[in-house]
This record gives sequence, C-alpha cells and structure tokens, in this order.
Amino acid sequence: MQWQIVLDSLPLYVGGLRTTLLLLVISLSSSFVLSVPLAIARVSPRWWVSRPVWLFTYVLRGTPLLVQLFILYHGLAQFEAVRESVAWVLFKNAWFCAWLAFTLNSTAYTTEIFAGALKATAVGEIEAARAYGLGGFKLYSRILLPGALRRALPQYSNEVVGLMHATAIASTVTLVDITRVARDVNANHLLVTESFGVAAVIYFALTFSLVGLFKLLERRFLRHLRPQESLPTPR
Amino acid sequence: MVLYGYLPAILEGLVLTLQVSALSLAIACVFGLIGASAKLSASRAARWSAEVYTTVIRGMPELVLMLLIFYGGQIGINMLAESQGWPYIDVPPFAAGVLTIGFIFGAYLTETFRGAILAVPKGQAEAGLAFAMSRTTVMRRIVLPQMVRHAIPGFANNWLIMIKASALVSIIGLDDMVHRAGLAAATTRAPFTFYMAVAMIYLTLTSVSIFLLSRLEARYSLGVKRVDF
Repeated sequence: MQWQIVLDSLPLYVGGLRTTLLLLVISLSSSFVLSVPLAIARVSPRWWVSRPVWLFTYVLRGTPLLVQLFILYHGLAQFEAVRESVAWVLFKNAWFCAWLAFTLNSTAYTTEIFAGALKATAVGEIEAARAYGLGGFKLYSRILLPGALRRALPQYSNEVVGLMHATAIASTVTLVDITRVARDVNANHLLVTESFGVAAVIYFALTFSLVGLFKLLERRFLRHLRPQESLPTPR
Repeated sequence: MVLYGYLPAILEGLVLTLQVSALSLAIACVFGLIGASAKLSASRAARWSAEVYTTVIRGMPELVLMLLIFYGGQIGINMLAESQGWPYIDVPPFAAGVLTIGFIFGAYLTETFRGAILAVPKGQAEAGLAFAMSRTTVMRRIVLPQMVRHAIPGFANNWLIMIKASALVSIIGLDDMVHRAGLAAATTRAPFTFYMAVAMIYLTLTSVSIFLLSRLEARYSLGVKRVDF
C-alpha cells in the first residue's frame, strides 16, 4: 500500500465524492417529487390512468440503467431535430443526461415502492376517513400518504442506497465521480488497492451513513410500529 | 436492412450476454448456497465470514467491485504465480466478468436462500434425521426441494437484476451486446437506433424471464393453499 499516492490523490477523491453526492441529491429529490403522484396514478381504479404508469415502470425497470443513460447521452445526438433544437444545450451536457437518466430510473422503482405501500393501507383507515367526510385531496394528504410513505421507508432506504451505487455508472459519460477518479488513479499508477480499494471504502462509508440515516428516520416515523418495551414488573 | 446489417453482430453479442448471465447465475447459486449454509451453521467463524461477505459486497457498487476484482484479481493471481514460479497468467475478461458477477450476486442470493431455508418447517428436517438420513441427504432430499418455493421470488428478482448488471461487463472490455451496439453506433452514426434495439432486447429478456419464473413458481407451489384476501 503506497499511502503517498492515496494522500496525493485525496483532493481528487473529495471532488469525486462531491460529484457523487450532488448527483444523488438532485436525482433523488426529483424522483421523489415525481413518484408520489405517479404512485397515486398507479393504484387508480381507472385503467387509462394506471396502465400508462405501469408501462413506464415496466420498461424502465426492465432495461439496464447503463443503456438508458447511453440512449439519452449518445443516442439523441443522432437526430438533427434534437441537435438543432434549444434542448440541445441540455442534451449535450453529461450532467443533465445523467440527472435525467437517474431520475427516470429511480422514479420507476420508487413509484412501485410507494404504490405497494398505498395498496397496503388498511381498509378501515379509508372507511374511517370517509366517515369523517374526508375525500379526494384531503384523504390523500392527511390519511393515505402519511401512512404509506412511512410504511415505504425501509424499502425506500434500499432504493436510495441502490441509486447511490448506480451513480457509479455516471463515470462512463465523462462525469468525474468517485469511480472515475479511481479509474484515473488506476490508469496513472496501476495500483488497484490505492484506486478501487479507496473508492470501495468511500462507497462503503456512504452506504453505512445512508443506512444509519434511514434507521434514525425509521425510529422517528415508525415509532408506533416498534415492539412495546415491557413494563417494569410491579414489586 | 435491419439495423444497417448489424443485426447478426448484435445477436452474437446477445449470446455472450446470455452466457455471462447464465454462468454468473450458476456461480452465484453456488456462492449463495455456501453463504446460506455458513450463516446457518453452528460455527461462529463460518457465520462471521458469511456476514462479512454479504455486508462488504452489498455495501458498494457492482461496477466498482467489478473493476476491483477484474484488475485486482489479475494482479493477485500473478503475484501468486510469481511466488510459485509459474509463467504469467492472463485472466480473460470473460472469466473475470462471470466470476465477479457470480461472486457479487452470491451475496444477495445468500440472504434469499437463508430466508428460504428458515421458511421450511423444522419438523421436516427432524423427521428426515429420525429416519436415519444423513445431514447431506436431509439437505438434498428434504430441505432444498421445499425451500425452492420460498426462494423463487427473491431468486427471480436477483436474476432480473443480474441480466441488467451483465451490461456492465462491456466496461471491462467484454464484447457483449452493449459493446457491439457502441461499435456499430460509431460506424453508422446511429447510436439511438442501436442502443434502443439493445434496450428492447433486454426488455424481451426480462419479460420472458418473468413469465417463465412465474410458471416455475406455480409448479413448485402445487399443493400449497392460496390465501385469498
């Protein structure tokens, strides 16, 4: 292990970490915002509302993220109409394509998670809400979503970690994330531990920070589901 | 011409993609079964090493692990070869890719198989032992056939992820579908056409897999009562 090389490339890794985290945060926030309405549409009893959403999640979950990213970043340049249009400023930008690909991909998975949680709502809750005169928007914002999003937390944390790992794919479209830095260090020094080993450790630390963060969130939001602490026995 | 005449080339890439996926699956099953037995074993050392295996693998991106094992394995093997006085060994990217994906998904299957084995009622294995079957026979004839039903949903999920993860082998230089699409796109200047075609092939693969696995699950669930809510 040559620590000098690790030390010298440390600023690069910090930069890579920033790229990875930024990609994660922007993709995650946009996919969350999209997933909530899409999940509501996904569980709709009207087929012309739920079917298109089903198709969207099916196609995006059935193809590799790498190929989705390549279609956006390399593929769209094939059309002159795209190259001539105003949108080209965006589509020739690797950041934009990576953000869009990660957002769409993560939205597909998150929509299914949220839809599953919505379907798991106890019938009694909805009946009680209706009995109190709640309906439409209020029913969703006060009863269905708070419950469903809570129930979805454990699975959602898996999706967040999965998306964090998936950002490594951004290294294939010129973005300098942790993986790209590691590949460059490996190319320059031909030392695996000092390059991919360091990247692995960083990802590992990130994974456990995210898992820890979600444990805290679960403790806060799923408090009512924790097993009751047994009462002290009276003496 | 279909795909500017590149269809046969892409389909050859598909064969490689399928080979990589299928072989990795076989290796992942072996690692998964070893891992699951280790996690359920009485030996603390076995439980610990299996725990480290699944935690480490699931804590980092597949791509990074693949690069780590691909480059690191090459160096490791040659350090071993040097100390033993063997000639230089060139690890073929195919073997590296298959072993890596198998090793990674073995960790995920470990959890699937562990849960499935635990789902088989304990009395089944005990009855087998009472009939003087050996532990391996009990495993082979009693536990494994029954755990398949419980393992299929997790197994199906992992297989679907694995097919998609096989696209990553193009990054370590394997000549799979995605790699061939890239080459064809570069010569024809039609990247959208080729990547879209590859995406559609992947979608077909996953759809066929979902169909077949649901049939398999129905087969292994024969005689199990369904609960209707």
